[in-house]
Amino acid sequence: MKINLRDPKKIMKLSKLGCFHQSKLSFLRSFLKEFKTWKYNRDLFDLDENGFGRAVYSFSKNKRIYSLICFANKIDDNERSDRVIATKWDAAFTLHDGIPSKNDLDRLSENVPKQEVGRMSYKELTLSRANKSVRIFDHVVDSLSNGRQPDKSKISEVGYLYRTTAVYGSGKFGLADRFRIKNRNEIFGPFRLEMMLVYLVRQFTFDQVNHIAKYKNPKKAIKLDNNICRNLGIGNSTGLGMAPFIVNHPTLLNNWISARENVLKKIREIKVVEKKSEDIFKNCLKKSLKNISSWTTDSEFQKKKILSLNEDLIKFTKFLDENPLFQSEYPFNEIYLWSEKNLKDECIEYIVSMMMEPFDEIVEPYVYKMSSEEDKFFTIPASRTIQDLRRILEEKYSDILKIDFSKKESNQNFWFISKNKEEPRLADRFHDNGSELEQPLAIARDINELYSRISNVKNSLKVGKFLLENNDLRHVVRRAFIIEKFPYAEIQDNTIGSELVAIDMLRLKLSFFGAVKFDPRSDKWLRISMFQGAPLPEDLNSFNDQWVYNSLN
Amino acid sequence: MRSLSEIDTIVKRASKGVGYSWGIAEEVGKNIKLLETYGLSGLKNLNDYFNSLKSKKFQHLTHISTENHSKIPYCPIIAGTSFLDQIDELKDLVNIKIENMSYPILFLPFLSRASEIVGKKISLKIDEKIFLLNFNQNIYSNYFANEILKHADLIQISFIKNSNTFDQNEWDNLYKLSTNTFVDETDELKKSAAGAGLTDND
Repeated sequence: MKINLRDPKKIMKLSKLGCFHQSKLSFLRSFLKEFKTWKYNRDLFDLDENGFGRAVYSFSKNKRIYSLICFANKIDDNERSDRVIATKWDAAFTLHDGIPSKNDLDRLSENVPKQEVGRMSYKELTLSRANKSVRIFDHVVDSLSNGRQPDKSKISEVGYLYRTTAVYGSGKFGLADRFRIKNRNEIFGPFRLEMMLVYLVRQFTFDQVNHIAKYKNPKKAIKLDNNICRNLGIGNSTGLGMAPFIVNHPTLLNNWISARENVLKKIREIKVVEKKSEDIFKNCLKKSLKNISSWTTDSEFQKKKILSLNEDLIKFTKFLDENPLFQSEYPFNEIYLWSEKNLKDECIEYIVSMMMEPFDEIVEPYVYKMSSEEDKFFTIPASRTIQDLRRILEEKYSDILKIDFSKKESNQNFWFISKNKEEPRLADRFHDNGSELEQPLAIARDINELYSRISNVKNSLKVGKFLLENNDLRHVVRRAFIIEKFPYAEIQDNTIGSELVAIDMLRLKLSFFGAVKFDPRSDKWLRISMFQGAPLPEDLNSFNDQWVYNSLN
Repeated sequence: MRSLSEIDTIVKRASKGVGYSWGIAEEVGKNIKLLETYGLSGLKNLNDYFNSLKSKKFQHLTHISTENHSKIPYCPIIAGTSFLDQIDELKDLVNIKIENMSYPILFLPFLSRASEIVGKKISLKIDEKIFLLNFNQNIYSNYFANEILKHADLIQISFIKNSNTFDQNEWDNLYKLSTNTFVDETDELKKSAAGAGLTDND
């Protein structure tokens, strides 16, 4: 049976993308699989009795070494902020290429804690900072120092000891450009070094609480139980800074979504599913119901989504119990078709992710297809004709061309770069200042303008000639020719309309990172958890690949 | 040291900041990154050019022909963008001359990219400075000064026909040497070791 790929015009709607969940394709999971045979080591742990100082952790294999350098600092409670605009953090981190020398450590101690205003070198690969979760960090230290494990319900409520507010890579603040490292096989997957940083930071947080507890009460202190550690991840607060990324990197976005869609298609095409695969899928479903109950949020928007997911999963479980689908052919296709008909997007996409769990052999090849050589597709094919351009717009942007941009609400918002933090922000065009300095992220509006501009232009005119008088639309002409080759490269929605839910854009990206427990704090930023339930470094040689479904069970 | 990614981003924003469209600003970001990759002083020249925009006017060269003159110096960014956009027609011209070009180093990466598009090497002369642009893979030049080149009286561009840089004798000699790696086949081998053809061009 041949199954068609899902239609980009349906999948690339923000409301749909905002329902994506982590999967086997997610970067933190593929990172763990890639590095499970690497040697982990804690090379330096030089903290004082309060847990301040420096530490170095590494992964090594053959002659390659990656070292996480941690600087733990004292800050006052009133200096601790979730926002990217903060200037001090409890700890700051960088991933160094190789073994750092004493000089490197001294240089980095001057720069890493300063984050955006510090300077890294080409020897550093990623940069981050994190703050303690005040709700839980002191509780864990107190408990351990008094010889008892922390309260599991408190742990479950938060899910991490530290929360990062940014993880930078790819040349930011002097970090190594991607071209320097892109040919290394072990990092041939997006954001792999960012994932390594976060994973090693997680281990640092466990070592730090154990260390402080030990100093606090050397006779009574115990170590944090490994099972509790496994159920702790690293939190992350993410604001709008992440949203433009998925607009600014269309071929990369395509490769992420395309991998997911192709994997789904192949799974739906499986005629007979082995019992072992059926069991893995059903086991994930069973654990999911418990998992979801630990997903808490104050956001009404998210509460509704979680409730709907929970109800739909119960409905789906009942459907599976009542219908022996796995005894007939193409069971996953039947499951998908039934889900589309009977469930909401939040649960459909959850099931799509879960369907991947038994099928390493299908998923793995796509993990290596999720990067992109973006520059290859940058130059506009100026020798193509207006007829070609018109056809692309009509075929690929038909829904976007239906948006009426003469309406005020279609133009409600604009994206800009904040002068004080140099980060993307979203504002109301009719209320706030600065729309004349709008970023080129209003793709739907500009595509509409392009379509209107070519309406009276001869079909035979070359695009290069058209551009001579229309360079103000050059950025969307470039996109149109990219989208022609990469069907999942464009969000099929209006990114400046009054109905825009910006956190849908964040959630899409975070789901590919492997984040769970999305917790929107407003319509513009959210908190998530990463590596919750993941194996510890000592477990990496042999761990259950469905670890994400074990979280807090 | 600034990373290439930082250079691309800052240049793109600065180009928009001085008034170019976002689409052209994207081109300039990529171009300066390219120049800096090749060790040419792209950012330095761009900065000086953008500063000069405050006090000087520059001509927009949009329709490029064989001979191009202007009393007002040409803007290298608009001229370069136009060159890329018209490359399909320009590639058939043997020589193109542009007189009075400001900051010609900023024009160069457009030609380097054009070389890749048309699959031909491009020879570029900026007054006495010579550049050979090889399919956007590398640039060969007698000019490596890390300086600002404010102006060129004459720019000469020629598309180089794809041809060998060696003669037939040189090829034949190397071919003969390459046959030293071949094995004379016996009649039996001819039957049993069937595979590729006479030569093995890997």
